[in-house]
Amino acid sequence: MKILGLLSLLATHLSANSVNIEENAGQFFSSGHTNNWAVLVCTSRFWFNYRHVANTLSVYRSVKRLGIPDSHIVLMLADDMACNHRNPKPATVFSHKNMELNVYGDDVEVDYRGYEVTVENFLRVLTGRLPPSTPRSKRLLSDDRSNILIYLTGHGGNGFLKFQDSEEISNVELADAFQQMWQKRRYNELLFIIDTCQGASMYERFYSPNLMALASSQVGEDSLSHQPDLAIGVHLMDRYTFYLLEFLEDIHPASKSNMNDLFKVCPKSQCVSTPGHRTDLFLRDPGSALITDFFGSVRKVEITMETVNLTDPIEQVEQNFVNEDLQKESYSYVDQLPVSEIIHQKPKQKDWHPPDGFILGLWTLILLVFFKTYGMKHLKHIF
Amino acid sequence: MGLLSDPNRRRALIGLLTRLNAPICVVCYMAGVAWFMGLAFEPFTLRTYMSENAMGSTMVEERFPAGERALATGREFAAHKKKTGGMPVDWLVKTMQSRGLEVFTQRFSRRLPFPDEDKERYMVKGTNVYGILRAPRAPRTEALVLSAPCTAGDHNNQAVGLLLGLAQYFRNQVYWAKDIIFLVNEHDLIGMQAWLEGYHHTNTTGMDWSPLQGRGGSIQAALSLELSSDVVTSLDLVLEGLNGQLPNLDLANLFYAFCQKIGVLCTTQGKLQRNDWDSVSGYSHAVQTMMLMAMKQASGRPWGDHGLFLRYHIEAATIKGINSFRQYKTDATTVGRLLEGMYRKLNNLLERLHQSYFFYLMSSLSHFVSIGYYMPAFGLLGVILLLRVSSTGYLTQFDVVQRSLHAKSIVLALDGDAGLRPVGHGAGLEGAEAGGRALPGRAAGLHRAHQLLPGLHPGSHAGARGRLRHAQRAKVTRLQRLGDRCGSVRSLTSRSSSPPRRVLSAFVLVVLSPACTLLFSVFFFQELQEMPVSFLDGWMLYLSVISQGILDHALYGSLVYPLVALLVYPCWLLFWNILFWK
Repeated sequence: MKILGLLSLLATHLSANSVNIEENAGQFFSSGHTNNWAVLVCTSRFWFNYRHVANTLSVYRSVKRLGIPDSHIVLMLADDMACNHRNPKPATVFSHKNMELNVYGDDVEVDYRGYEVTVENFLRVLTGRLPPSTPRSKRLLSDDRSNILIYLTGHGGNGFLKFQDSEEISNVELADAFQQMWQKRRYNELLFIIDTCQGASMYERFYSPNLMALASSQVGEDSLSHQPDLAIGVHLMDRYTFYLLEFLEDIHPASKSNMNDLFKVCPKSQCVSTPGHRTDLFLRDPGSALITDFFGSVRKVEITMETVNLTDPIEQVEQNFVNEDLQKESYSYVDQLPVSEIIHQKPKQKDWHPPDGFILGLWTLILLVFFKTYGMKHLKHIF
Repeated sequence: MGLLSDPNRRRALIGLLTRLNAPICVVCYMAGVAWFMGLAFEPFTLRTYMSENAMGSTMVEERFPAGERALATGREFAAHKKKTGGMPVDWLVKTMQSRGLEVFTQRFSRRLPFPDEDKERYMVKGTNVYGILRAPRAPRTEALVLSAPCTAGDHNNQAVGLLLGLAQYFRNQVYWAKDIIFLVNEHDLIGMQAWLEGYHHTNTTGMDWSPLQGRGGSIQAALSLELSSDVVTSLDLVLEGLNGQLPNLDLANLFYAFCQKIGVLCTTQGKLQRNDWDSVSGYSHAVQTMMLMAMKQASGRPWGDHGLFLRYHIEAATIKGINSFRQYKTDATTVGRLLEGMYRKLNNLLERLHQSYFFYLMSSLSHFVSIGYYMPAFGLLGVILLLRVSSTGYLTQFDVVQRSLHAKSIVLALDGDAGLRPVGHGAGLEGAEAGGRALPGRAAGLHRAHQLLPGLHPGSHAGARGRLRHAQRAKVTRLQRLGDRCGSVRSLTSRSSSPPRRVLSAFVLVVLSPACTLLFSVFFFQELQEMPVSFLDGWMLYLSVISQGILDHALYGSLVYPLVALLVYPCWLLFWNILFWK
């Protein structure tokens, strides 16, 4: 009897454990994303905009440290500060005064450099509409299970961000690009951080789901730079990104800090401007989104001795195959915009029509002038 | 209808102008002078600010260490200068080469049209020595210039020493994005003119120079250094250049910013800035500074070696070190640091200085007025010319002719003519009293009137004049019909030219002649600089000013002498003509 009792206990325990494992497995696969991407853009050039390059490189450094590989980072820098003639420390970009932290090194891979950083290229990277010859390092090859971090910095204003001193991207364009990404299923969740003057205006127009946005200043406020370096002669970083970097330095891949901590970075006392954030389009609770969901590439690994029954999912996959055969849609990149259908063209007139508008008016004017100068009496020969 | 197209309104306006002509002219003149004086009043000025974004807010910590060594080099330079009796070319070449610059020389020679009064030279021969510091990583497209003149005697030795010390310090830095040219020019402006002409491949003044072997790209900015003492109490900024051209205000702002940062006393026009702008003495101080600047611009001569750069659109200024009786002295290291800071900021430039004003007047280094604010004063003075032109019967005559054309009445034309002749006589008096500017215009108007009038030939005027003058009282009643014009005619014809008045007007005209005006302004200039001269010294100064003006025109192409000789002087002769018109 005792053995039977023990056996039954063992059986129930085993069954309970196996149920536990299945629950764990269910939870294990329930998080939304499977891979992480980052698009980090610095939009301004010239030596006195050193701090924007330093901002972007600091975020790059953090993101790489937390696990996102270079193949999943698209880094766009509009100017080369490290090798600028005016840099007294060539091949370095410092983000902390007294040259404590060099964010440039020999493992920095810049994907878009110099004049390649344009509005068009940025939007093409986001939406994926790149010519077939574009190398993989310049593409954002995300899928519907990707969490993407997008970081923009530069000079901006109310509703726009300036690229390279010659063009701008507006908040409407950005919102439409994100909607395209959503429709093309190019992201699972997207975190958008912008560090410019009046940065909050850039996320005002978002309307796609699963977007969370942070900005360094509200509309009408300027984002300020942090500290000048007296040896280099420029401001090294912007305040918001400086405190963001300080915050991120404390994050390690296993940390459980969530987005609510990120919203507290750089309060008004430190930043002088008021950072803002937007979470209404984000379907989860921001408190449940970890920092490493966006900034790191965390692979979940759990060691178990139990076996997990995976038969159910396999059946579903078979069914999916059957379904896919029926409702197969092939997605392909659109090569070119069909220009002729877009640009309004006047249809060619097959037969002669009497002249209208401008030509008629011109001839009338000529006739009138003629008859005025030479006298009205000639008119009667016509009529 | 509009103001000028409605004949009634137009007539009323013309009548107003002709009737109130003299009062309006006086009011305009006073307003113009008052406006100009008011510009120095501090609430009406703007504080200077840095407009160029690239030379922005951040400052570098300057680290120039070698002030004493620079002074020692200066003493060595003085010794070699005395030994060679001119420019020690070989020593300079050797020293610059040892500091790692690419050194080149340029010979030049010039025969002056007549011997110079100040320096008593006739045939000028010299050599410029310049060394180019190549930017270590940049292409050789842009350059900055630091120059110090090599003058005979005991002047400017410290400047050359500091220049060489800075050259050595700059050579060790890696952050230069532009080439820096260190130039030591001989014979001040003549050498500088030769160097600039050689650099830009122009030959405008007929100087003879050897072509430059080494070049550094287009020059973005230049500074000229004049330092004659080991320690200075203040630094003076000289901005006025050839033909009154000024560098971009950003250069002055840069200098002022560094003066404030390093804590050196800085002046402009040799006058120290005062804080009490609301007191009379403070205000007069500001007015003096501004008047000095305006007069220096009017003289058209370059007031420092920088003045010749401006013609090539290179922003340049001269920094003079002044050693006066003050307790706080600034040593050479600090001056070197100031220059180092300025050059590092100029290094950050991406394009030429163009963001700030090119035309301005400074009442002190921290306050300025731009051309938009000071031009209305001269505009008001110019309006007087227009008013005087309109006050001749020309406008009334125009109206009369129009009416006569329509009405075809010769009586009216005769009346118009009668209205004119007395005006012509009064012209001499009135012109002299009100400054006489409009007289040429009035004379032209008179001549034009003769052509316009039908039925009257010039021959009749001489005889008709006397008759008309007596008859015009009778014609007053007829003129009364034509309305408002007669008021002006009556006022004008009430004067008659009598010999005492003519002598008085002749005296006034002599006083206002270009020569006398120049004499007075020489004395005034000396007063403004707080160095008043006796009459004899003033007279010698006046003669040297005239000869210098002619020399400036011959040597550098200054425009003041041709302007005065070909424009102002004939106008003044014309006034004589009109005054004694028979």
